[in-house]
Amino acid sequence: MQTSRFTLLYRNFANNIYSKPLSRNRFIHKAFFHATKKILQTSGAPPPAEGYLPGVAQSKFIKSTQEEALKNSELMNTGVANGETKKMNMFQAINDAMGIALTTDETAVIFGEDVAFGGVFRCTLGLAEMFGRDRVFNTPLSEQGIVGFGIGMAAVGHTAIAEIQFADYIFPAFDQLVNEAAKYRYRSGGLFNVGGLTVRSPCSAVGHGGHYHSQSPEAYFTHTPGLIVVMPRSPIQAKGLLLASIRDRNPVIFLEPKILYRAAVEEVPVGDYELPLGKAEILKSGKDVTVVGYGSQLYTLENAIKLAEKDIPGLSCELIDLRSLSPWDVDTVANSVNKTGRLVISHEAPQTSGFAAEVATSIMERCFLRLEAPIQRVCGLDTPFPLIFEKFYVPDMTKCYDAIKEVVNY
Amino acid sequence: MLSSITSRLSRNISVFNGRSFVRQFASASAETVNIKLPESSFKTYKCDPPSLDIEVTKDELLRLYNEMAVMRRMETAADGLYKSKMIRGFCHLCTGQEAVAVGMEAAITEDDAIITAYRCHGFTYVRGGTIHSILAELMGRKAGISRGKGGSMHMFSKNFYGGNGIVGAQVPVGTGVAFTQKYLEKKNATFILYGDGAANQGQVFEAFNMAKLCDLPAIFVCENNFFGMGTAAGRSSANAQYYTRGQYIPGLQVNGMDVLAVKQACSWAKNWTTNDQGPLVLEMVTYRYGGHSMSDPGTSYRTREEIQHMRSTKDPITGLRQRILELGFSTDDEIKKLEKEARAVVEEAVAEAQKEPQPDESEIFTNIYAKGTEPPIIRGREREEFAVMNQ
Repeated sequence: MQTSRFTLLYRNFANNIYSKPLSRNRFIHKAFFHATKKILQTSGAPPPAEGYLPGVAQSKFIKSTQEEALKNSELMNTGVANGETKKMNMFQAINDAMGIALTTDETAVIFGEDVAFGGVFRCTLGLAEMFGRDRVFNTPLSEQGIVGFGIGMAAVGHTAIAEIQFADYIFPAFDQLVNEAAKYRYRSGGLFNVGGLTVRSPCSAVGHGGHYHSQSPEAYFTHTPGLIVVMPRSPIQAKGLLLASIRDRNPVIFLEPKILYRAAVEEVPVGDYELPLGKAEILKSGKDVTVVGYGSQLYTLENAIKLAEKDIPGLSCELIDLRSLSPWDVDTVANSVNKTGRLVISHEAPQTSGFAAEVATSIMERCFLRLEAPIQRVCGLDTPFPLIFEKFYVPDMTKCYDAIKEVVNY
Repeated sequence: MLSSITSRLSRNISVFNGRSFVRQFASASAETVNIKLPESSFKTYKCDPPSLDIEVTKDELLRLYNEMAVMRRMETAADGLYKSKMIRGFCHLCTGQEAVAVGMEAAITEDDAIITAYRCHGFTYVRGGTIHSILAELMGRKAGISRGKGGSMHMFSKNFYGGNGIVGAQVPVGTGVAFTQKYLEKKNATFILYGDGAANQGQVFEAFNMAKLCDLPAIFVCENNFFGMGTAAGRSSANAQYYTRGQYIPGLQVNGMDVLAVKQACSWAKNWTTNDQGPLVLEMVTYRYGGHSMSDPGTSYRTREEIQHMRSTKDPITGLRQRILELGFSTDDEIKKLEKEARAVVEEAVAEAQKEPQPDESEIFTNIYAKGTEPPIIRGREREEFAVMNQ
């Protein structure tokens, strides 16, 4: 009997993190634990709120040189194709985007809890000094109030960039987003709209977040027509997508995987550029399996694919970053699945009614006869996001690798 | 099986034995003394203040001192453990705010209820949690007070409803607890704590309204430490006199750095609400020396001088110590001995807690639903559960 995914995990991550590696999982152990071991040995300073993800620096999707960064076909038409770039991590790129937004739009303001001093993740660092406290200001601790306030401003036509300190706290504002923001245009017959509203929020697992600092609530909002939901994977993407979101004429929820704030560092073009919403990006071409993900999960998928391609000679996987979850780019994924016949979708949010369910069903509808194997979803468990059990909960590399193998060997 | 029973038993025992070690400090005599609290201890809103005269015994003062000293040590130990990565997650320490928890517990009984937000280690301790179980919970061990599944922000105990992560969400919940107390005609009250940042949450006002309409024995306590994470109270609140925010609910502002003032206020408040006079809003004016949490140094929005000033002039433990010495109830040496004992107890608990094992991996799936009503499978655990695949 093949060893269950869960048992594989447990053996690797059980009480003693340095347990003797099983020969079968030797390279998983090495790849994963060398980085962790080094970090665990240093002590004295508490871990940063954004956690660590050192593997991201080695990712092939991170554009760490100017040449790589500017080679992007989407940037060709934007005017920054030949411009200069600057090394920025994700929170700096987001900071840059907001600075540009406030410079180019007189009515743009940024508000949220603790944003004036720079924010808990430094995304708004320096903006209050640059644009004044009347444009970048703190709100009291009232998420419902923050979003409602933003909706009001946007209804008049201003640009409101609201920050919800952690995506886990977005729920007091759920009614405002779903019942007010999403339906404003529809219920007024087009007379009013809140297109100027952008709600930014850090989301996803961070290694030590526990129940209320790790959630990925995208599925609650993709279920609501009228809202746009976006999740970037890297600094260049974050800046372009955020500028596009701010300028988009619909209310946007911009979820930022917080573990990437420091972990992802790229050469980001300093100019003003937007990346298209509603379009997915094919990060890696392949012919055998389509792997779909978004946000920080992509780096896990990259590792899983690398391992799978090593284990199964001749295998080539296609990795797609959805970027926009609502509306999402069905055509790109469908074309890819029509080519490969196999699909694996992965996200951190719990499996039941997670976004993977939407992708799976839509692709099943379009590509039914072409599918060679049932669509695999590798997601978080259907439990509250645990603190101590986080490593079992998240769909990590081992589970994703297993799903790819499953779908290939069907 | 046996181990789970014994562990549950020992946990129950330890919950009620939380203060057994204090007994060793009880002396034969119980000399009482009348203390007059300073005028500045209370400020009122739509009510008369409690009496400034308080009667205490020597035992009690020493017990209060000891509890605060242990709490301070426990929080310091948690600080060290967090920095050495033995504690993960987010950790919010109440260093400097000890008087609120200790004073409140001194005024009430085991049958009254307390509910608070995430700065809950101190409250868990006074509500019967042992230091061992609190530290084990912080480190995510099976012996922890929430079996290792809650962590710093989710500690619970008898009549202590946590330990809540989402700011302000505990206020309506506490109001519900107060409702049951009234319904069951018990002469008990519920102390519902929230911070100055949370005082601006809409749900707090919904709770005020419901408590007043039903005349509930709900005592809303705002722990005003002047900062909602990084935002100063004056900048987050149009009305920073939190004891008046109840509008139609009478309020009392209390010096939260004086444990006796806190005790007096809480017993007055309990008396008021359990005699069907309706809810109250208390504001404990206190201060935290540390940052909002361990990830926050606490100095980017306030000066070190300010923190030092508060520490040297308003510290609750130092204040009580001065009182004890002035009354001649103890000597400098004895108090030093007390503190040393407190430190030893905490250090021992730290060492013990570190040895505890982590919870079983099967615990990830327990307590999601009521026992016996769980869905037959929780998908994703085993590859076999992707049933379509292996036909």
